[in-house]
Amino acid sequence: MIEYAIFFAGICYGAALLLDLWRIAVGPDAADRILALDTMVVNVIALLVLYGLWRGTAVYFEAAMLFAMVGFVSTVAYCRFILRGDIIE
Amino acid sequence: MLIIMALLPFLGALLPSLMIRAGRNACAIFTALPTFLALVILLILSPSVMRGEVLQAELAWLPQIGLSASFFLDGLGLLFAGMILGVGLLITLYARFYLSGEDPMGQFYTFLLLFQGAMLGIVLSDNILLLLVFWELTSLSSFLLIGYWKHLPEGRQGARMALAVTGSGGLAMIAGMLILGNIVGSYNLTDILQAGDAIRASDWYLPALILILLGAFTKSAQFPFHFWLPQAMAAPTPVSAYLHSATMVKAGVFLMARMWPVLSGTDAWFNIVTTTGLITMVLGALIALFKNDLKALLAYSTVSQLGLMTMLLGFGTQVAAVAAVFHIINHLTFKAALFMTAGIVDHETHTRDIRRLGGLRHLMPVTFVIATISALSMAGIPFLNGFLSKEMMLEEASHTGLFGSPSALPILATIGALLSVAYSFRFVVHVFLGPVRDDYPHKPHDPPFGMWAAPALLACLVVLIGVAPFLAEGIVTAAANAVTGADLHPHFKIWHGFTPALWMSVVAVVSGAILLLQYGMLDRVWEALPRPEAKTIFDHLVAAVVAGARRVTEITHNGAISRYLAIFTIASVALGWVAYSGGGLGPRTRDLLAVPLVVAVGWLMLIVATGYVVVNHHHRFRALVLIGVIGLTVSAGFVYLSAPDLALTQISVETVTIMLLLLALHFLPKVTPRESSLALRLRDGAIATVAGLGVGGLAYAFLLRDTDTISDYFIANSYEGGGGTNVVNVILVDFRGFDTYGEIIVLGIAGFLIFSLMHALLDGPAAKRLRARDYSQDRSHDRHPLMMVVVTRVLMPIAMVVGIYIFLRGHNAPGGGFVAGLVVAIALLMQYMASGFAWTQARKRIEYHTLIGMGVVIAGLTGAGAWLFGQPFLTSAYTYVHIAPVEEFELATAMLFDLGVFLTVLGAVMLMLYSLSRIARFAGETVNMEPMDYDPSEHVDDGKVKV
Repeated sequence: MIEYAIFFAGICYGAALLLDLWRIAVGPDAADRILALDTMVVNVIALLVLYGLWRGTAVYFEAAMLFAMVGFVSTVAYCRFILRGDIIE
Repeated sequence: MLIIMALLPFLGALLPSLMIRAGRNACAIFTALPTFLALVILLILSPSVMRGEVLQAELAWLPQIGLSASFFLDGLGLLFAGMILGVGLLITLYARFYLSGEDPMGQFYTFLLLFQGAMLGIVLSDNILLLLVFWELTSLSSFLLIGYWKHLPEGRQGARMALAVTGSGGLAMIAGMLILGNIVGSYNLTDILQAGDAIRASDWYLPALILILLGAFTKSAQFPFHFWLPQAMAAPTPVSAYLHSATMVKAGVFLMARMWPVLSGTDAWFNIVTTTGLITMVLGALIALFKNDLKALLAYSTVSQLGLMTMLLGFGTQVAAVAAVFHIINHLTFKAALFMTAGIVDHETHTRDIRRLGGLRHLMPVTFVIATISALSMAGIPFLNGFLSKEMMLEEASHTGLFGSPSALPILATIGALLSVAYSFRFVVHVFLGPVRDDYPHKPHDPPFGMWAAPALLACLVVLIGVAPFLAEGIVTAAANAVTGADLHPHFKIWHGFTPALWMSVVAVVSGAILLLQYGMLDRVWEALPRPEAKTIFDHLVAAVVAGARRVTEITHNGAISRYLAIFTIASVALGWVAYSGGGLGPRTRDLLAVPLVVAVGWLMLIVATGYVVVNHHHRFRALVLIGVIGLTVSAGFVYLSAPDLALTQISVETVTIMLLLLALHFLPKVTPRESSLALRLRDGAIATVAGLGVGGLAYAFLLRDTDTISDYFIANSYEGGGGTNVVNVILVDFRGFDTYGEIIVLGIAGFLIFSLMHALLDGPAAKRLRARDYSQDRSHDRHPLMMVVVTRVLMPIAMVVGIYIFLRGHNAPGGGFVAGLVVAIALLMQYMASGFAWTQARKRIEYHTLIGMGVVIAGLTGAGAWLFGQPFLTSAYTYVHIAPVEEFELATAMLFDLGVFLTVLGAVMLMLYSLSRIARFAGETVNMEPMDYDPSEHVDDGKVKV
């Protein structure tokens, strides 16, 4: 049963990724793109967790944690760039 | 003893530069000391050599390529070593009085000893590779000596020309010597000297001969390479006397004498060497006669005399070889004395122009006597040593035919002798005789004893050998036997009876004197004649070579990276194609795997994002966001393909990179201008597509085939050898620890480089441009938002714990120093972003420079620690430790090494970002010392918030 759930969830997150990609491609402005990229990071993290569940190992969970920790930093950096120009003031 | 002797001048070369602080006399004494010691050793060794023994000494150096520091001393080596050291001593004395107070004397003596050591090395080497090393060293050290007066343009140009000519000759000689070594199968001179027949019979004899002769001819200033020697006369006179009469220019003659047993005796040798020597002798003498500069006259006379020696060696007969060796000694004595007297005249009158001199015999009687004796010897007047060897030369020439004509050589040899009589007489008559003038640039008188002692000693030798030639028989016999390999017993006599040589001599002396009487008329004819100027030709040649090189450089290195990349990419693709079409590709052994749907999504994301970057790269910010997508997908791909280590590293590197690029982008235009034409873009597009398809094809081909890789070895040995179960980490810190060590050093250097580049940049005109720029962007007023500050503070300890955890377990599970360093760096960067540069900087305890240094030192010490246990650098060790409440854990030296990696990575990343963010300070942006825009804790008053 869990396989089906994982498969279904995977399909959903995959579709979400494609939608993110679409948003990044068409914009129209920088904030849209940054938000889409951040969402993309979240979706990838979700996929990593799903993959870990499917393979039954904790290694991927850790990787997902690290993605979460550093992924947010680049989002902040992009945002600071469009808000203030200089990311380290 | 031999090795000590060969090394003494090099060791001694350190002394003068130090001793100059103790005064000029001390400096000269300490220059003379090593020379003197070496000479003493030589004298101790000489009796056995004179008996015909050959002394040898060997030190293995690089035996794999046949290079050993082996020396040997035979008669020829003894003669030359004696000349080098003996004249070296005299020159040291002479230079002490010649150099003025402003000249850096310590430097001069250091160069002189270096040169002396190199020269001594040439004549003592038993290994031709070693000989080549010393040969090049003489070129280099003579460059320093000729260009000693750096402030004079002639000095610099002369030095450059000498280096260019002798250096390129040396290159040719390297090739020739290697061929010789290949024919014989050994680079030992003693072996080569035994293999004369094999060498002469070889197909490679002629190329080797020509290449070696090129080296010898350039060094000994033989036609058509004679032009550098007169140009080198810009050197101080002691240098001219030493290098250009006694030693360096004789190195070529020495080499021909050394190789005489193996290379001579063929038609090629006779024709090339004899003809070159003859032309040089006559031409040099002719030019010398018409030179007005004293030293130029002597320089061309040296060229001519060297031609004489070369010609004698070219004859290939044993008697001629004896004459050549004898003339080497005689030329040394009179020419060194003449150079020194020329230096004295220059020193006293402040001019070397013969037209401004004359009548000096009354003002400088001592110098006059020395100069006259030496010049008459050069002219070949009886009872002086020059007469003896010149007679032997004429005797040999009188019965040697050249190109089928029996009389050509004797006539030309007589003309050469005649001209040398003329210029020798001119040196005496036009400088010392005639009426005393009153328009010398400086009133001359005899120099102090120290200055004329050396030439006077040489002049005494000139007379001594001239009157009692049997005194020189011993050393000449030893040297000549070493050259010819035969057992000769030559006897020198002053009177041979009325031989053809005597008549040739008489003709030469009488006509030479007549020639000088007619000098005024001849000089006008000479001046009217058009003649090629060697220096101009050389300059044009050099200019042409430089222009050619520049054209090639401009075509291939035009400064546009697109061209370099195009050349590089096309070359790689071509090589790949060659490898592919070679048919080395085996059949496919694997099947394609099925593609899961989600993976296909990832693939699509990569393709779309990459394509989008290509199309939209002019919008720099948009491209950066897309690069973020690519980095994310690649990292996720690494996870999926079972490379969690890589994934962790990749995602951290992505984050740091994005921050770096954003920092820089703030000060750069946000849109890249379009610079290439459509055609160029199409070309580049085509190249890129082909290269991309090529790489894709390569990956595809590899993935479908089983190949042997070294991974199996790593996997099998990771735990046993490195004590870790994480193969990737064990590879980094153990198997290829030396690689990693190099890499962290490079990383550290890169960090420092960015720091100092930024420093230099901001001190320069760039700072002004930065300040002048308009940053009036519509900015948000949330400079340091409360929310963000709080979140990053909370994240800080978490991130640190994660970093430490990843570091500690790295040896056995995904992680390690590199990732840990990046994670901690990101945690710190968050603080910089949230609370600003100044606030965070004020809380930094350790300089990032220090971190880098500590990292490299820790890693290095860990590696070196293995030496204490007799193991090679970076051998790791591990053990298991059990402390009561904690589970059993592993301790490995690799972890200490990893700590070094961690610190270096952390320091380098922080230093780079710190350097880049400093730009803003220079651009005039303000900083704030507060952690956040609105600090609630400062506004709390009895629970009520002040507004």
